[in-house]
Amino acid sequence: MSKESTDKGVAANVAIDARSTERPHAMGATHQHRPPGETGANAGIGISGLTKRYLTPKGETFTAITDVTLSVEPGQFCSIVGPTGCGKSTTLAQVSGLERPSEGSVRVGGHTVEGVTKGVSYMFQADALFPWKSVLNNVMMGPVLLGTPKREATLLARDWLRRVGLAGFEDRYPHQLSGGMRKRVAMAAALINNPRILLMDEPFGALDVQTKAIMQNELLTLWEELRPSVLFITHDLDEAVALSDRVVVMTSSPGTVKDVFDIDLPRPRGDVQQIRHEERFLELQGRIWESLKDEVTRAYARTAGEAA
Amino acid sequence: MSALAQGETVTPQRQAAAADAGKAAHRRLTRWIWAGRAILAVAVVGGWQWFTEEGWVDKFFFGQPSEIWNSLVKLFTEGTAFGTIWENLWVTMQEAILGFLLGTLVGVVLGILLGSNKYLSAVVGPYIRIVNSIPRIVLGSIFIVAFGLGVFPKVLLAAVLVFFVVFFNAFQGVREVDQNLVANVRVLGATPVQVAIHVTIPSAMTWIIASLHTAFGFAIIGALVAEVLGAQQGVGLIISQAQGTFDPNTVFACMVIIAVITLGAEYLISLLEHSVLKWRPPNRSESQAI
Repeated sequence: MSKESTDKGVAANVAIDARSTERPHAMGATHQHRPPGETGANAGIGISGLTKRYLTPKGETFTAITDVTLSVEPGQFCSIVGPTGCGKSTTLAQVSGLERPSEGSVRVGGHTVEGVTKGVSYMFQADALFPWKSVLNNVMMGPVLLGTPKREATLLARDWLRRVGLAGFEDRYPHQLSGGMRKRVAMAAALINNPRILLMDEPFGALDVQTKAIMQNELLTLWEELRPSVLFITHDLDEAVALSDRVVVMTSSPGTVKDVFDIDLPRPRGDVQQIRHEERFLELQGRIWESLKDEVTRAYARTAGEAA
Repeated sequence: MSALAQGETVTPQRQAAAADAGKAAHRRLTRWIWAGRAILAVAVVGGWQWFTEEGWVDKFFFGQPSEIWNSLVKLFTEGTAFGTIWENLWVTMQEAILGFLLGTLVGVVLGILLGSNKYLSAVVGPYIRIVNSIPRIVLGSIFIVAFGLGVFPKVLLAAVLVFFVVFFNAFQGVREVDQNLVANVRVLGATPVQVAIHVTIPSAMTWIIASLHTAFGFAIIGALVAEVLGAQQGVGLIISQAQGTFDPNTVFACMVIIAVITLGAEYLISLLEHSVLKWRPPNRSESQAI
């Protein structure tokens, strides 16, 4: 489904050309602050009445999501949880502008999304690294595509590799790295352009438990420095509660927003492994699970019925 | 391992001993492989010589290794009715290489274009399959009638044979591109041309390079067959001439020459593969090398 759908917004590339002129090229190697000229600093996400229908190969319409309405405040970390196949990834694709909604609208920083949204980075479960590019060149891709001169892009990429703890691995190829290291590269590649919006589609889903915890901590640290607005898809409730300011529960297919929970755990959260044992955490996690449980059961019953 | 479990440390001496033992085992294996290869070659060539010598197999029809060697020597010392063997070889190689380059170029370009455009591939796809299913080698006759006995029709036939191999691989390679990667660079602001340069082409390169091994063989076949059908010079002409004079040994001698050249080209393509695809995990190309 997603393979087909990514092809649908081919016309959406027009908006990008304007960006390279808008974004100044003089990014310092330290890169602590958002480059000047990036208007509005952080941008919130407003999704209203979002519906997406796909045409199946048989020619039928399939409604992936229907009437999704949710908002992410500027600089907020928002997670989406829901049963498999409920349209979480579809929602992200609409926000990124890779696809066009069938109905409803997505607004980023006050502007309706038409075509690929500016200042967005994507992180997938499968690490979308170029296997034929070295680690350094992988991280450099973002600035290079924005037209940053190669020398500056190299400096920037080296700095980011240092920040994710991969200094000295610049010349390796992705297949020479462990799963956790590849995730770090993907994270550096996603954050190097200092995105206003970070879209994460189960980024840590394929990692082992220990590596996952380490990556979550690193993500929180980097997020607190840069403060992009984050939409984070996960199946892991612990992960959702530990990282987020807001957790959105979606219904089973066709997906729509069922509940929204605000997570009032104080920031900075510190170690995600520690926070799991706090009373407030457990209480919130329990409430979200209550909401999610029915949907998961329903989705399971449906797929089991199809299989029978 | 058991030593480690008991809490002992692995001494450098023991490590060195283990490494030496591993190397020795590897050397033994390599020796046996080469011994097996030599035995196989001796058995086949020697058996052939023996059978024809004893008259169990008629050497008039099937040639004889020693006679093939004599023909080879004659080809290189005395030359042929159409000039020296080098001249003829040069003509054939020229045709094969030009055909190879032309076919590869067109195959790669069309393969990538059709692979990345759903509409075009849907429109042209059935026709390509039809053309692929007809015996293209017969086109050689048409090319020679249309373009004469020169080099050009041979280049064309070689190119046609090469084209389909490369085209289908390039097409498939583009289809196999990781859509996540495409989405990723598009979100980062890549134009369609940048998507092609950074994602589609490098990704399809694995498939294209793999097809070049087979493609060069096809280029040689195309050039030879076209020469057999009608030429003024070339190894194919020597072959058809030898056929006319009931001289299987010269035919085999030409086969040997072409085989050596094809092996050389194969080696060059492997070098290219290694340099272009050095990012790949090593085990895949190594298992191919066997």
